[in-house]
Order: sequence, then C-alpha cells, then structure tokens
Amino acid sequence: MKDLGQTLLREEAFSEIVIGNTAVVRALVEAGVRSVSAYPGSPTPEIADAIAAIPAEKRPFRFEFSTNEKVATEVAFGSALAGRLSAVFFKSVGLNVAADSFVQLPLLDIPGGLVVILGDDPGANSSQNEQDNRHYARMSYMPLLEPSGAREAYGMFKTAARLAARHRTAVILRLTTHVCHAKEKVDFAARPPAVPNPAWGFDPARENYVPLASSVFPLKRRALERLAAVEEDPDARGVNVVEGTGSRRGVITAGTAWLSLRDALEESRPGSVRPDILKLGLVHPLPRQAVQDFLAAHEEVKILEELDPVLETEIKALAYDEGLPTRILGKRDVEERMGEYVPAKVRDILTGTWPDLFDGPRPAPLPAVAAPRPPQMCPGCGHRSAFYAIKQALSPGDVTVADIGCHTLGYLPPYRMGGVLLSMGHSTSTASGLSIFREGRRVVCFLGDSTFFHAGLPGIVNAVYNGHEVLLVVMENGTTAMTGHQDHPGTGKSFNGPAPKLSVRAALEGLGVGNIREVDTYRQTELTSMVREALAEPGFKVIIARHPCMLKLTREARRRAGAGWKVRQVRVDPDTCVKNHECIERFACPSFQAREDGAVEVSRDLCIGDGSCRQTCPAGALVQDKEEGR
Amino acid sequence: MTDRFDIYIAGVGGQGIGLLSEALIRAADAAGLPARGCDTHGLAQRGGSVASHVRIGSRCHSALVSEASADLVVALEIHEAVSAGRAYLKEGGTLVWFDASWQPLAVRLGEEGPAAASDVAEVAALRRGRAVRVPADSAPDPRMQNTAVLSAICRQGLVPGLGPEHARAALSDLMAGPALEANLRLLED
Ligand code: SF4
Ligand code: SF4
Repeated sequence: MKDLGQTLLREEAFSEIVIGNTAVVRALVEAGVRSVSAYPGSPTPEIADAIAAIPAEKRPFRFEFSTNEKVATEVAFGSALAGRLSAVFFKSVGLNVAADSFVQLPLLDIPGGLVVILGDDPGANSSQNEQDNRHYARMSYMPLLEPSGAREAYGMFKTAARLAARHRTAVILRLTTHVCHAKEKVDFAARPPAVPNPAWGFDPARENYVPLASSVFPLKRRALERLAAVEEDPDARGVNVVEGTGSRRGVITAGTAWLSLRDALEESRPGSVRPDILKLGLVHPLPRQAVQDFLAAHEEVKILEELDPVLETEIKALAYDEGLPTRILGKRDVEERMGEYVPAKVRDILTGTWPDLFDGPRPAPLPAVAAPRPPQMCPGCGHRSAFYAIKQALSPGDVTVADIGCHTLGYLPPYRMGGVLLSMGHSTSTASGLSIFREGRRVVCFLGDSTFFHAGLPGIVNAVYNGHEVLLVVMENGTTAMTGHQDHPGTGKSFNGPAPKLSVRAALEGLGVGNIREVDTYRQTELTSMVREALAEPGFKVIIARHPCMLKLTREARRRAGAGWKVRQVRVDPDTCVKNHECIERFACPSFQAREDGAVEVSRDLCIGDGSCRQTCPAGALVQDKEEGR
Repeated sequence: MTDRFDIYIAGVGGQGIGLLSEALIRAADAAGLPARGCDTHGLAQRGGSVASHVRIGSRCHSALVSEASADLVVALEIHEAVSAGRAYLKEGGTLVWFDASWQPLAVRLGEEGPAAASDVAEVAALRRGRAVRVPADSAPDPRMQNTAVLSAICRQGLVPGLGPEHARAALSDLMAGPALEANLRLLED
C-alpha cells in the first residue's frame, strides 16, 4: 500500500492491512460523512494522518483541526445541524474539555447525525489518567459502540453513522489505544455511489434548540426515549455476538478485553468448563434483552470489563429487577479497575474467578535489572536549553508548574522543572493559587504555544485581572509537537493551507499583559538573566522562550536535502575535557554517552549538530568540525 | 506451520521499529499467514522505549504479545535487548539484537552501568534460548538499522515460513524509489 490516499478512495471492494485509526477513515468515506473536526491527541492523531493522505480536491468531506475539543465538537454539531452527517474525534481527556457542549447534544434534534470518536486510553499510555468515558455516555444519554480492533472499528463506525442519522442524534464510537493502533487485515466494502447533498436541516421554527428552564424537560424526555429506540434498532442489536452454547459458565465482555479473553482461553486446561461469551458491541444503552437471555442461560456469569464496573452495575440491577438467580461475578478488587485488560491480566482475573480453568500460573517474566527508559526531550530541543538556563536563575525553594506538551518532560531529572500537572492550560491558574501563599518563594509556570490557544487564555486573563504574582514562560516551539507536529493558530498554517498567523505576543498584549520579554532559548545566558530580572518585578509577567521544534526542523531539512544531508556534529575534544560532566549530567542532551573511564562521547547516531550544548562546557571541550554526511 | 508465533520488538523512539513491524506483518501476509500487531508508542518519538507487537497465526486474537511468551524478541539497541528479553522472551525463544547503544538516562547520569553483550547472552541462557547479534556495521546508515535486522531475521529463517522473498514483497509494498532500492540491497548480501 504505497498510496494510502488512493487506497482509501478505491471504488471497488478490497482488503488491506491497516490500523484502527486508518480503517475509520475508510468508514468516513463510505458512510458519506461531510464534515470532520478534531483536536490532536494520542491515540487518535493517525486518523488525521490518513485524512491528510487523501488529496484535498478528492476528499469527500471537509476536515479541520479546531483550537480545542470543545470547539471541534461545536463545529461538528453545527455541520450536523445544517443537515450533513458529521464526525469529531479527540482523545479521552479531551472529552472533559468538550463536556460543556457535549452533554447537551442528546437533548437536541440533529438532522445530519453526529458521530463522536473517542480515543480512550486504558493503561494511561499517553494521558494523565485512564478515565472511563462510558460514564459520560450514561450521564448524557448518548449511545456508545465499542469495537475491539481495526475491522470492527471500520464496521462499527458505519453502524454508528447509520444510527446517528436515523435517530437524528449523536452516537459515540469509543476506541481505545490498542484499537486505534491495532493492525490487521480488513475487508473493505465497495464505495457506495455518491448521494446528493441533503437539504438544509436547521429549522428553529419547527424544533426547539434553546433548552432553558422548563423547556429542558420535553427535550430530556425525548433523549431518553431515543436511547430506548436505539436499543431496539436492528443495527444496534447486530453488533452484539454470542459465542458458544451450553456451558453453565458465561462471560459478558466488550472491546479489547474480548480478544484477551479468547487468547487466555486458548491456554485453558483441556476438560475444564470453558465459558460461553456474550460480546457486546453496543455498550450503552445496555442491550437488556440480549443480556437477560444470556444470564438466564447460565448459572455463573463473569462480567469482564476494563476500568470501571459500568456494565457490572447495570447488569446486576437488571438481574435483580428480573429476579434472575444467576450468580454474577464482578470486580473483586481495586486492581481489576486498573490498567489495560491485556491477555495476561485477563488470564489472572479468570484464574481468580474459576481456578480450575488453567493448569498452574502463566509464564512469568524475569525480574527487571535496570530502570526503564523514560521519554525525553530530543537532541537539540530548545526546551532543554530553556530549562537548563531557567534553573540557574531559581533557588531551591522556588516553585515550578508544568503544563501539557513536550516541555512536560522537564519534570524528569536532571532538570526537575514543573512539579505539578493537572490538565491542558492549568499552569497559570494553579501557579496563581500557589502564589497567594508563596512566603518568599517565587512561582514560575510553563505553557506551550499550542496549549496557549487551546486552554491557556482564561488562566492568563485571570492572572492579569486578579493581579497574581507569577512568571509565565511560554515555551514557543511553533507546532503541536507532542502529538505529531500538527499546526496551530500561531503557525500561519491550518490543515487546509495557509492561515492567519496569530501572534502569542499580540494576544498577551491584547489580554492586558504589560510585562513581556522574548528570547530564543539557545541564548541561555540571556534567558537566565531575563528570568532573574522578571522575578524581581511585581505582578504577572511573561517570557516568551522561543525555539523551533528541532525534531520537526531536522526532519524537514533532511527531507529537503535527501542524500546530501550533512550536519556539523559536536565532538568532545579529549585533550580539553576536564570530565566535570556538565554536558552529560546537567545539560543532558541524550547524544552524550558515558564511557567507563569517565570520558564523554557524542553519539554519531543521535547528534543533530545544532551546537546548543557547546556553551554549557566551561572548558570549551565541545567542538564542532566541518560538515559531515550522515 | 505454527498456528501461533509471537514477536516482540523493542527499540528507542526514533529507531523506526514501526517500519520493521509493519514489514514483518506484510511479509507474513505475503507468505499467506494471518498476522496482526500493534505499536505501543506512548509518547512517541521522544527517545523513550518503544515496542511493537507482531502475532502470526490463526490462534492469535489480541494484538498484544504477553510477557514471557515471545518466540522471538527483536531489539534494535543493547539496553532494550536486555530489558525486552527479560520481560518477553519465552523458554527456548530467540533474541535477535542490533548492536547499537543509546544509553538511557540512568546510565548517562552515572547511576547505572551500561549494558554489555554478556548481559544479552545471559538473558538468552536464562531462558534456554539463543541470542543472535546483528553487528552495527551491517547498517550503512542509522536509519537503516531496522532493515538490517529484518534482513537477519529473514535470511536466518528466525520466523517460520518467512524468507527474504517475503521481506522483499513487504518492503516493495511500503516504499519506492531509491529508498526501496537501498533497503532491498540490505536483504541481498
Ligand atoms: S518534538 Fe520538538 S519540542 Fe518535542 S522534545 Fe522533540 S525537539 Fe523538543
Ligand atoms: S549539538 Fe549534538 S550533542 Fe550538542 S545539543 Fe545538539 S544534538 Fe546534543
């Protein structure tokens, strides 16, 4: 598959090995979606990568990266309100940002239909928590489908789209990290013939779209009735599967836990009582009839669900209401609420439930002998220069507050910068609260440029308005680096081409910030003295610490140069080096490698030759020779 | 023909293990074997440990390989070879590793010693399996370390049913032009 874009647009049926995120994009094409919006966040960014692979003029829908998840949801809602099938996608915790608008969706009549694609992250692979967004589905009365892999993600998006359009509502497709990234061969259907655009849908004369006070109740009643109608819809019933018959044991499960269950059962002891399986695709509303029939046919049923006991609570209530005698086995301890339900974990859970199912314990790993390798800032990253320089201006008692982005990694040794993290854009306000009781400590917080536009502004307005004694350092790298270098309102480009370039400085000035400094982070000495000066001044102040993302810059330069790519790598001059390890232990570019004799070397694989380390060596032992091919 | 062959691939962000695992899955497909897999990249590309899972055969369901169950552990770096081998290699499995070193933070800060080839050999011995070293000079360019390892795997028959012709088909499916030619050359000699 050399040309992903053309593959995704093929007219005839075909098979291809793809990840879940890519499979969803073919489903967008087949389902006739017309408007898609998103905010980047793992595990979903590859949806946008696949969309980008389709040439703009051939793309059957409009796409945008909006400024945050709430805005993205509102854009998709607006398009669906206009009558066009729409979709929005973002990561798990993005739903917290979107929630204010999101929870309203089921109250309203949405003529085009809207699919909300959530990238949940059990296991917290790349998020600050592993929140279970099925709770949001229950709270807002929104149907939720949950696939287990790429093939099902493709099929269930199409089901979700049909349900959303038919019931004029919003439907959640809940992916999890290892559904988004799971790779398998998917059989794709032929592309249906294009249908003409539907008529304009928004008619406030016919429908109430302004839920206020008592007008909320008819809307809420309809939302609940619609949920019941979705439960009865043949499309929704079709996504639940029963496997096996006749066992006295059963398991009700969903998503990747189902695959792990099948793996675990491959190892079951011959002759043991293997459970039948009810695998739910529709997780909310609970398909009551299917569950009830399954319970009635089994003496013991284990509810095998990742994270919180959402299905368990509902199924137990259902069994109670229906007077079923089935023994329902739920979560036994805190551990069963935590982490991904990978095959080993499921096997351990099943062993605890039915000890006779397996012969002895599963194979155990050898104990680890070394510390894990944490992520770190790239070689040459401007944030490293910033942290190294800022640290020199601070005293041990000073307080630093992190935000979300590559610069979050500054909390790791040796920098230890940014000691607390809540959420996107929290840093200025958390720092403000800390500063009220600072007693001589100075409070510094960090914020990336993408996050500045996403959720950073209200905290800054508040710091200005309420006069907080905080230094904000905007770590401006000109991209949304952590999630794969997407553009943002400050880059002068949008997903769809050139765009107005919003200036962070102008925005700060517009918000009434009077005390602003700007510096390139590679000018470490200047940055150190700027921080000293700023911290001596009263009130709220900002330093814009700027350096382009070096990973992005280097990749682009390498792509342009092709085979002729050359860099001036740094090397340690052994005759000058005094082995004080300033470069490797305090500046700590990952290119520096320790030798047994205390010498330091620079890795030829890693050094990008930016030279930002050279100023940190007091002996001047870091030298750059002529350019070399690499 | 085996109905389950599990491969766990470990490396450091930026080493291109995604291409290696994609190539293995497509090579298996070219050989007519069902295959699935998953990259687990977390905070991708930031020099942390990254892993990819490849599962070949009809008795594989989850995209993830279980601990202590990999028939083949592939590591593109020596410290990763030690930790991935200890966590994922099964009794009698094979550990193939590319002999490059990108020291993790604790080693650079002097808190831990660097890994040595003997540590990798020890893991294989503890699991009564074998270690296969791919020397650093088998990759002409750091960005081709992954193909050098793919070449070793296919030429030495470390995955049952996969030979260089399947790797060739896989790479031709994934790239074109001079990049493809350079990578195909690595499969030859
Ligand atoms: S991706 Fe860019 S901003 Fe992020 S750590 Fe690497 S160089 Fe720094
Ligand atoms: S020049 Fe090389 S060693 Fe120095 S900071 Fe840049 S990448 Fe690191």
